[in-house]
Amino acid sequence: MPDILMSIRNLRTYFYTYAGVVKALDGVDLEIYKGETLGLVGETGCGKSVTALSIMQLVPNPPGRIVSGQILLEGEDLLKKSEEEMRKIRGAKISMVFQDPMTYINPVLTIGDQISEVILLHQDLRKEVLAMKIEDLRRKLEKVEPTSGSARDFNSKIEELEKKMNDPPKPSKSDVKKAALKKTIETLKLVRMPYPERVVKQYPHELSGGMRQRAMIAMALSCGPSLLIADEATTALDVTVQAQILQLLNELKREIGASILIITHDLGIVAEMCDRVGVMYAGVIVEYTGTKALFRKPLHPYTQGLLRSIPKLHKEMERLEIIPGSVPNLIYPPPGCRFHPRCLYIMEMCKKERPPMFEPEEGHYVACYLYGQRGN
Amino acid sequence: MAQLKSPLKMKSGLSKWREDLEPQVRELRFTIYLLRQSPLVVAGFILMFAFVSMAIFAPWITPYGPEERIWEAKLQPPSSQHFFGTDESGGDIFSRIIWASQLDLAIAVIVVATAMAIGSVMGAVSGFLGGKIDEVMMRITDIFLAFPALILAMTIAAALGRNLTNLTIALIIVWWPAYARLIRGQVLSEREKLYVEAARAVGAPTRRIIFRHVLPNSIYPLLINATLDLGGVILTAAGLSFIGFGAGAGIAEWGRMIADGRNYLFQSPWMATFPGLAILLSALAMNLVGDGLRDVLDPRLRR
Amino acid sequence: MREAFPMKMKDYIIRRLLLLIPVLIGISMVTFTLSHMIGDPVAAYLPGGAVERIREQQIQQIIKAHHLDEPIYMQYWYYVNDIMHGDWGVSRSDHDRPVVVSIQNYFPATFELTSVAIVVSLLMGIPIGIVSATKKDKPVDHATRLFSLTGISIPIFWFALLLQYLFFYQFKINKLPYLPLEGRVDDFVMIFHPLRTVTGFYILDSIITGNWPVLISSVSHIVLPGFALAYATLALITRMMRSSMLEVLRQDYITLAKSKGLSERVVIYKHALKNAMIPTVTVTGLAFGGLLAGAVLTETVFAWPGIGRWATGAILTDDIGAIMGFTLLIAVVYVLANLIVDLIYAALDPRIKLG
Repeated sequence: MPDILMSIRNLRTYFYTYAGVVKALDGVDLEIYKGETLGLVGETGCGKSVTALSIMQLVPNPPGRIVSGQILLEGEDLLKKSEEEMRKIRGAKISMVFQDPMTYINPVLTIGDQISEVILLHQDLRKEVLAMKIEDLRRKLEKVEPTSGSARDFNSKIEELEKKMNDPPKPSKSDVKKAALKKTIETLKLVRMPYPERVVKQYPHELSGGMRQRAMIAMALSCGPSLLIADEATTALDVTVQAQILQLLNELKREIGASILIITHDLGIVAEMCDRVGVMYAGVIVEYTGTKALFRKPLHPYTQGLLRSIPKLHKEMERLEIIPGSVPNLIYPPPGCRFHPRCLYIMEMCKKERPPMFEPEEGHYVACYLYGQRGN
Repeated sequence: MAQLKSPLKMKSGLSKWREDLEPQVRELRFTIYLLRQSPLVVAGFILMFAFVSMAIFAPWITPYGPEERIWEAKLQPPSSQHFFGTDESGGDIFSRIIWASQLDLAIAVIVVATAMAIGSVMGAVSGFLGGKIDEVMMRITDIFLAFPALILAMTIAAALGRNLTNLTIALIIVWWPAYARLIRGQVLSEREKLYVEAARAVGAPTRRIIFRHVLPNSIYPLLINATLDLGGVILTAAGLSFIGFGAGAGIAEWGRMIADGRNYLFQSPWMATFPGLAILLSALAMNLVGDGLRDVLDPRLRR
Repeated sequence: MREAFPMKMKDYIIRRLLLLIPVLIGISMVTFTLSHMIGDPVAAYLPGGAVERIREQQIQQIIKAHHLDEPIYMQYWYYVNDIMHGDWGVSRSDHDRPVVVSIQNYFPATFELTSVAIVVSLLMGIPIGIVSATKKDKPVDHATRLFSLTGISIPIFWFALLLQYLFFYQFKINKLPYLPLEGRVDDFVMIFHPLRTVTGFYILDSIITGNWPVLISSVSHIVLPGFALAYATLALITRMMRSSMLEVLRQDYITLAKSKGLSERVVIYKHALKNAMIPTVTVTGLAFGGLLAGAVLTETVFAWPGIGRWATGAILTDDIGAIMGFTLLIAVVYVLANLIVDLIYAALDPRIKLG
């Protein structure tokens, strides 16, 4: 049984608008394992992004509010934490990469500044500063005669500093900034940014779309988070750039060992990137399983409809398949199973009560009465 | 081939016109609903309505005529007979303020309406025709906009002669360039929009495109600016009269009354106070309404 | 980071200054045209306006000397020529001093007043605007909005009178320390403690030369007119700051900043503020025109010896030389102010291409 990093139980997030209460998330259950890539897939408006914002507790407060539920990160309920505690977690333990790098990066600050600020905020750079100083001295040492007086000088200084490694002294502001800059460039190299030393001084409008997205990823990864949430991170990019970014994310996952929550509407991305996948519809999770299992044997009628509607290049098709009906109004959602007005296999029970999650096969969860009765 | 009977029979005249306007009517109703939400905006409308009524019904609501002087009762503080007191020649300030509203509001409306009309036409022509004409128009407006309003109006009023008519003309000359710029900007951005291309593709003539498509879409910013400018003109006209450029001595005009009141500021402060309040409240009304309209007509805030 | 004055910036400044020339030409044409519509051109050159007792010969002399018999475009040429050589005519209303001298005398006073007004407006307006935006719809916000709405609706000259009535008259008769009624400084103080002129600005000069009595007097004299002038601009800046702050706080990059765990403070002052300042700076430049206009009214009420008051007197007495000089000056100042605003704008927003 793999280790669970995050456990979301019965999450409800509502938006109180003048037209009514929009039940954007109405009982979401999810688990993210350590080191895995979990996909959250669904149409626009089904609540995927709201889920991400709820985890970060960045739901805009009027009009939105997390009404109930639990979000357990390594055993602790995030929803019970104070704002100050959450701020320590944001950017450090959990970080997010957003959809449009043009609008999500501050246009008047340099890239380097926007990455360094995360490092400076969450990391105690004393050791790094000390290491930098030692490094400096070593370089000076190389340039002098090994037997000279200055060499002895340097050596003794290095020894002195190395002794302080376990409890380094408080560094000056400029030293800290230098250390942060060094780390920033390292992070940019990590995301395969070309010419990182130049990029740190540049502004977002001077970079291409793909580079900007790498910069955003760098911001998110700079402090080695346990969970990276990618909310439609490639939607605004060209297809070729999209492929590069996805490949980057895959490599990074291996290199830094974080879990990734990929939020997308694109099943192709899911197939490419995710270990497991959750399908969302109208604010609830309707199916939830490993990626291969989902594609090979989709159980929920909605998932089946989704997969059917993808045009297939290898077969001849006369018309495109659609799912009849339209997405429900989240202020007055249909009673019972939210999908029932559009479902081909509708039964009486579906109209009355929302189906719980059944597990007809191991590790494959579906919220549909086709696979069980209440009380099973 | 036989004439096919179109299933959509072309409606004629009035009913078609009404149908065309239906979406706009719905928008209008929504706008009114939103406006009602903010108490400040409602207050602005009420104030505006109050001032307009005051100006229209002046002859019926003033206890004294505009030129009435009661020499024995000069420089009296506010009382039940003279609500706002009397001035140095015995004129009832309360009545004079109401009479003055006719003048000041009329000036404001005339200036803004005329400036808007002239400016819109110039701006639309300039924007649509482009090229050299547009360049020249831009330089001309640049020059006018290089002067602060009051100062330019002052100079023009002086050149033409110091009376109210010339003041109005001066203000119109000062105010039209801003509208020309505004409409030109609107025309330029609307021109790029696809529906104009579509209209051209169907063969609509330029004039029709301007009047039926571009102008209606420019109404909102125009309306907002016009409302805010009403307040601006009232303030500028009063300021100019105060220094001596508009209303001559004795005429019931708010700025003029304050200038007269200045001479008796310490012993009879009511002379200057109340006309100033009138200016403040009328300008405030315009600003409240203009602000409200701007907030409400902002497309991003309308859901 | 960018250098303080990169090459591109210098080029940009030069280019903008060059572009000013057609505008200046246009302005000079306007002033020239206007002045010819005001009164009798010959009368303008008569000392003290002695229109009556004049002989035909003198009229002819004047006409010849000032090219009044030549065609209009020649007159315009002479006009421009004179201006370039520093001859801006003579101000009849100012004891027949040359216009440039009048300007030299009166401009520092107006500049000092408007500077104080701008500084006050910015120092107060920006923070209040920020607070108003961050505490939207709370009582602080409503109070601020009412305060600024009043500021843009109030007639400056009336407000000035109100201040005089309150802080001079009422305080005085109630035996409270009161502020001066008018003028720039107490004449008696100036006589007993003569001020050495360094910059022409009384407040600066009195600080530099350690002349405390003049300092106190000039500061106390500038309080009321400065505030009267500042109120409208302060209101404008507060409103602009509030609305652009609200706009900025809605942006996506603010959400990203929050997702990094940055504190409210850092998000507002580092990420939001710089972006919000951009439209505010633009508005300040435009407001400068309003300040000049307001200076005219304020100087009249407070008998402030600045160019506004001089100009008003000039226009009321058909002093053509002064009118032309004043109008030209104001236009130039206004245009320069807008240039400065553009430069600040370019410095704030890295997206502006100076090329």
